[in-house]
Amino acid sequence: MSAEAVAPELTPQAYKTDEHPIWCPGCGDFGVLSSLYQSLAGLQIPPKDLVVVSGIGCSGRTPGFVRSYGFHVLHGRVLPVALGVKLANPKLTVIGVGGDGDGFAIGGGHIPHAARRNLDIAYLVMDNSTYGLTKGQYSPTAPKGFQAGSTPYGNIEKPLNPLAMLIAYGATFVARGYSGKPKELTELIKKAIDHKGFAFIDIISPCITFYNTYKVIPPRLAEVPADHDASDRAKAFELSLKEDRMYLGVFYQVQEPTFEDGVAEVKSRAQASSRPRLEEIFAEFS
Amino acid sequence: MTDCVFRIGGEGGEGVISTGELLTLTLARSGYEIYTFRTYPAEIKGGHANYQVRASDTLLLSQGAWVDVLVPFNEEAYQKHIKDLRKGGVLIYDSDSVTPPNTDGCIAYPVPMTSLATEKIGVKLTKNIVALGVFSGLFDIPFEKFEELLKERFGRKGEAVVNKNLQALKVGFDYIKSQPKRDTIRMGGGPRQIKELVLSGNESLALGAIASGLKLYAGYPITPATDIMEFLAKELPKIGGFVVQTEDEISALGTVLGASYAGSKAMTATSGPGFSLMVEMLGLAVMSETPAVVVDVQRVGPSTGMPTKTEQGDLYLAVYGGHGSSPRVVMALTSVEDCFYGIMRAFNIAEQFQMPVVVLSDQYLGHRKATVPAPDPSKVPVIERRTPTPDELGPDFKRYLLTPEGVSPMSIPGTEGGYYVAEGLEHTEIGYPAASNYENHVRMTQKRYKKFYAIEALSNELTRQYGVEQPEIGVIGWGSSEGVIREAVQMAVEQGYSVGAMHPKILYPLPLVRLTKFIVGAKAVIIPELNYTGQFATLLRKRFAKDFVQLNKATGLPFTPQDIFDKIEEVATNVRRGSGSRTHAASV
Repeated sequence: MSAEAVAPELTPQAYKTDEHPIWCPGCGDFGVLSSLYQSLAGLQIPPKDLVVVSGIGCSGRTPGFVRSYGFHVLHGRVLPVALGVKLANPKLTVIGVGGDGDGFAIGGGHIPHAARRNLDIAYLVMDNSTYGLTKGQYSPTAPKGFQAGSTPYGNIEKPLNPLAMLIAYGATFVARGYSGKPKELTELIKKAIDHKGFAFIDIISPCITFYNTYKVIPPRLAEVPADHDASDRAKAFELSLKEDRMYLGVFYQVQEPTFEDGVAEVKSRAQASSRPRLEEIFAEFS
Repeated sequence: MTDCVFRIGGEGGEGVISTGELLTLTLARSGYEIYTFRTYPAEIKGGHANYQVRASDTLLLSQGAWVDVLVPFNEEAYQKHIKDLRKGGVLIYDSDSVTPPNTDGCIAYPVPMTSLATEKIGVKLTKNIVALGVFSGLFDIPFEKFEELLKERFGRKGEAVVNKNLQALKVGFDYIKSQPKRDTIRMGGGPRQIKELVLSGNESLALGAIASGLKLYAGYPITPATDIMEFLAKELPKIGGFVVQTEDEISALGTVLGASYAGSKAMTATSGPGFSLMVEMLGLAVMSETPAVVVDVQRVGPSTGMPTKTEQGDLYLAVYGGHGSSPRVVMALTSVEDCFYGIMRAFNIAEQFQMPVVVLSDQYLGHRKATVPAPDPSKVPVIERRTPTPDELGPDFKRYLLTPEGVSPMSIPGTEGGYYVAEGLEHTEIGYPAASNYENHVRMTQKRYKKFYAIEALSNELTRQYGVEQPEIGVIGWGSSEGVIREAVQMAVEQGYSVGAMHPKILYPLPLVRLTKFIVGAKAVIIPELNYTGQFATLLRKRFAKDFVQLNKATGLPFTPQDIFDKIEEVATNVRRGSGSRTHAASV
């Protein structure tokens, strides 16, 4: 995605709406939202050309706080709707936002296809490993043993690994960010929006009310090693499997033709043998 | 008058369908009106298939209730269909594969199709072309029309292939010419103008969608709707549109809503199992007031059901599917020609009222071919959604503005000052969630229903009537049964019954004004439906305290005019005895 060249007048403030987020004080999503404003201002994305598509969950309320176009869709259906928006108007900057339950559980079936199509959108998952809106059940990224309302004796499922999954599915930009490191997160979001193709960021965004990880996460954090080769898929996959630390940064980024490129190619192939008028299509059936 | 029904039957993959299609096109090009019906196996290869072609020099309303010319390619086809051959009808059979025990009561022409194809052409697969040559020789169907068509069909495969086929055609022709003709069927040419097209219901629908300005089709393959997607995949990119095959039907309708939100006309088509998955997205379209067209080419359910057979069993789902109070429009297509104009109207309603429109077709209609006058898109002027005026735009833009008619301005991304969030949560006029505001929820629900009720006028306008206008015995049908009912009513009127039929094109909202007048005046009303319980009858019972007489057929096959006519006769007898309005239990 590339920002249009406009006079640098859009401040982060310009993307704020009058609505105050409904999130709990201390929620990681505030940090993500703030970094999103910074990124949009950094790239000078015109609000009229921005569409934020969101799913259901705490993070799903994001479009209401961004002064632009938005579509607050159904639980898990961010990516199908984003696909339609982008296909209808490829000039738009489309950002999908949702939680880990929305994306990896109920919406999990859409991710491989959005990734392999390489649709030119950014998909930000605010990952808190719990279902905050329904009061703290375990999510697909919750650790084994996680105890909550639906797992009173402990979660017996192992967590999925969003980064490894996205690299395997063929996403062309895969990164991890942390809501508590706003400067770094802003840079990541900017890179994701700028990336031409499907850009995914797993953003660790703690839930202060139901699964407070503010104390356990920071000591595990580390930057993606400076010598990491992000264009090497196998290396990226290897790094995504490391459990000693929680690496932040770009794991994988390559340039591949986007879905929109493919659509344009199909249209030009079809039009090469063109009979573009309806009457001429009728002629085939007479 | 010429009115002839051909039925070709055989093993799937044996060329039954292509024989039927080639015969259809040749007869159409020879000036006949055509009405086809096909069944085909659910298996990819093998299984029984048959293709029926009715050709006439006058308007055709049904596939016919008899067979004039039966062409079994194998023993199974003979066994299955011989009972439908009318007395004195023509039996042309492959004498290498079929041995009829006796041929009394019909005029039989044994033709060694397999050995002619193998010995004279050296390609067993040309057996069906040999059969076409036989039709040409026996019934005077213009030989050169067949030749022309074979050249078009096989031209791309090279001259050698074309020549083999032309030879096969000649072999069949010569073979039958060497035999004495014992029947009287002659089909040398009909009165129809060649300006007309031969289209299936699905093709007609796809063309109508293009005429409406369709830009994006999203879908998942499913019988019997897939050919809509394949047709559009070929045609849409030529005019700047696109077809995307999504990972499932939830995604298909989600993609449609995203595209429509962003300003493109978009649609999806599916069948029952896929439509079941789409229900959650239907609710989102209602709540976010996003125009969308959803086509359901119905097949036999529940579950995977009978994928290649026809039924009208998805009406409840179309009308009631989903949670909450969620108004949507349900239309039912009635004929191949109506598929074109009907889908155009569906787009217009979706755009004008910013809501989902479910369009019901079925396997019988979607897959049958008919001759139709070249469609004229100007008959249904295209309506676009209401976008904001310059004074409506700005920081206080109200996407869900409460208006007397319920329709609000819909801004399109890219428009300065038209920012809003399309909401699946209950929301205020500016589109901000209002999940605890009771009064707002009532106002917004009323707003959404206002749009729905406004469509009733159109529903009345689009209701058609046949036969006696204020009849003693009324028939109310829906969807693809229109022609069959019309033909049965014609038969009954000719025999002196006071019978008339009413056929709405919009089923929800119901055309209450028209229905009331029709139902109140009738002594008995028959509701024929291709489902087990009478879904449309149930919908009508909600509004009318009438003992409707249900005629339910749930075999997987369409009605024949005789089915309807028999019921009319039975009800007429009861009416004379004074017991006309009794409700009959559903029967299979």
